[in-house]
Amino acid sequence: MQFWIIQGLNSLSLGGLLFLLSSGFSLIFGLMRLANLTHGAFFMLGTYFGATALRSYTGLNIWVTALGAGIAVAAIGGLFERLVLTRLKTNPLGQVLVTLGMSFIISDACLMLWGGDSIPVPTPQNLQSPTRVLGFVFPTYRLVLVGCAIGAAIVLYFLLERTRLGAMIRAGVDDRQMARAVGIPVSNLFTVVFCLGAGIAGAGGVLGGPILSAYPGLDGDMLPLALIVVILGGIGSLLGAFVGSFIIGFIYTFGTALFPELAYIILFLPMIFVIAFRPQGLFGRVGT
Amino acid sequence: MKWIGAALLAALLLLLPSFAGDFYINLASQILIAAIFALSLNLLVGYGGMTSLGHASYLGVAAYISALLTSRYGLGHGPAAIISIAGTTAMAALFGVIALRATGLGFLMITLALSQVLWGLAYRMSGVTNGDNGVAGLTRPMPFGISLDSAASFYWFALLVTTIAFLMMAIFVSSSFGSSLKGVRDQPRRMAALGFNPWMIRWITFVYAGFWGGVSGLLYVYYNKYIHPTSLSTTSSAEALLGVIAGGSGTLGGPVVGAALVLLLKNYASAYVERWNMLLGLVFLFIVLVLPAGIVPGLGKFLRRGSR
Repeated sequence: MQFWIIQGLNSLSLGGLLFLLSSGFSLIFGLMRLANLTHGAFFMLGTYFGATALRSYTGLNIWVTALGAGIAVAAIGGLFERLVLTRLKTNPLGQVLVTLGMSFIISDACLMLWGGDSIPVPTPQNLQSPTRVLGFVFPTYRLVLVGCAIGAAIVLYFLLERTRLGAMIRAGVDDRQMARAVGIPVSNLFTVVFCLGAGIAGAGGVLGGPILSAYPGLDGDMLPLALIVVILGGIGSLLGAFVGSFIIGFIYTFGTALFPELAYIILFLPMIFVIAFRPQGLFGRVGT
Repeated sequence: MKWIGAALLAALLLLLPSFAGDFYINLASQILIAAIFALSLNLLVGYGGMTSLGHASYLGVAAYISALLTSRYGLGHGPAAIISIAGTTAMAALFGVIALRATGLGFLMITLALSQVLWGLAYRMSGVTNGDNGVAGLTRPMPFGISLDSAASFYWFALLVTTIAFLMMAIFVSSSFGSSLKGVRDQPRRMAALGFNPWMIRWITFVYAGFWGGVSGLLYVYYNKYIHPTSLSTTSSAEALLGVIAGGSGTLGGPVVGAALVLLLKNYASAYVERWNMLLGLVFLFIVLVLPAGIVPGLGKFLRRGSR
């Protein structure tokens, strides 16, 4: 029983992390029609920033670190979008290729700066003691992480559904040309959404640090998960990213625990079903 | 003029082992293998408009099947080669059904996800694939009793296979089927209205490209006598895609030139700098921003302008 509950909680916390990663990916894809293959690298960059900051200054608050790393990664993402991606507006394939090139550059730079060994990220001290609920012991940090993802989902939901910026983003996702025609500055919106997505991924990287630790190849491990979440949940849909993240969180965690060698295949089954029967994803607004 | 050039090139390629050292002969063999691989990817990217980021799957799986069958199960090279090509082609048929549910970026993401699954399997199923250690201690085949162990003999073997592959793919794209493929790339709706079946045309191309990807995988494993999960990685797919795009997608010569450039760059750069991946990324950015049509079409335009 303890096994199932602990693995269930692990699934939830992985699902939360995946949501932080894939919500931005999905928004960028939905609005810009751009599969941002740098997204895994943004996440990893966040983890390395977090690892460096938290290890060199003991007592530094992880939330402040996440915010700082998020802003730093958002700035890098914004520069990349302004300097490179906007030049390739008419060349969607070229855009994907430069995001791939950028991901190679970032991951190699991380390898150069931080070396090949994995760097553990300390769990915040006040969250280290386990929580007991109904006689079961839970690692507190993972519970908090789930709460964090839900909080981020609520904030993003209000941002998208209740603000003027959100209305503009939704309009851009649904019909980019019409949005432009009614005077929405779609190009600036691209930059905002790209920064936002990169920032959430970077902050998610910091928060995921204590669970995953920073290691070379983290980007390559996370990116396919984000791809599968987005294919599953539907492109450009926040709800889809949310539901998809937790589904994949469960499948991946239980798959790895029960059938370690086949985890990747199990992960991939729901994707096949969705592609076969519902190509736009569970909650997709846009066909691929 | 064109024919003289082709004859000179053929003579140069045939006689290369007689004047070049083993190092350069081996380099040329590697280029030939990379050229088949890039040409097969080009069928999808250049002629079909299907940008795949998972083409390393076919190279890697064919190589792994052959490696495992010959080393672990003691099968001869002949049957192992047939099984590995047949298996790879069957896998391409299956992957095609899945990936071609989408087009454009959706297709790209699905091919990427599928290839990551295979990469993960090669890494994690260490009971079968030997995991991170790779499969070592392989041998080269001896077709008709001729040993391929020397650099020159393997080069001639690779040259023969590459020539066949090049001709087969050239015929494929210049046939009427190739024309309908280009039609589906540019105007899928019009082609459907004309009574063509775009999905079927794409799928057949996908399977054909998978087949030649598998052939290059066999040569790859024969050449290296070793196979490691990195052959299945995104980097491996991306290197091939870079070769296709750098050389010029949708041309026959482009991918060959591009693949050769990427390979030479990788060989020479890794002798001087440690950071091949970063260089690869920078070259990606450079090519896409500065030479989006590729080197061969770009040069062609330049030469035509000069002769006028």
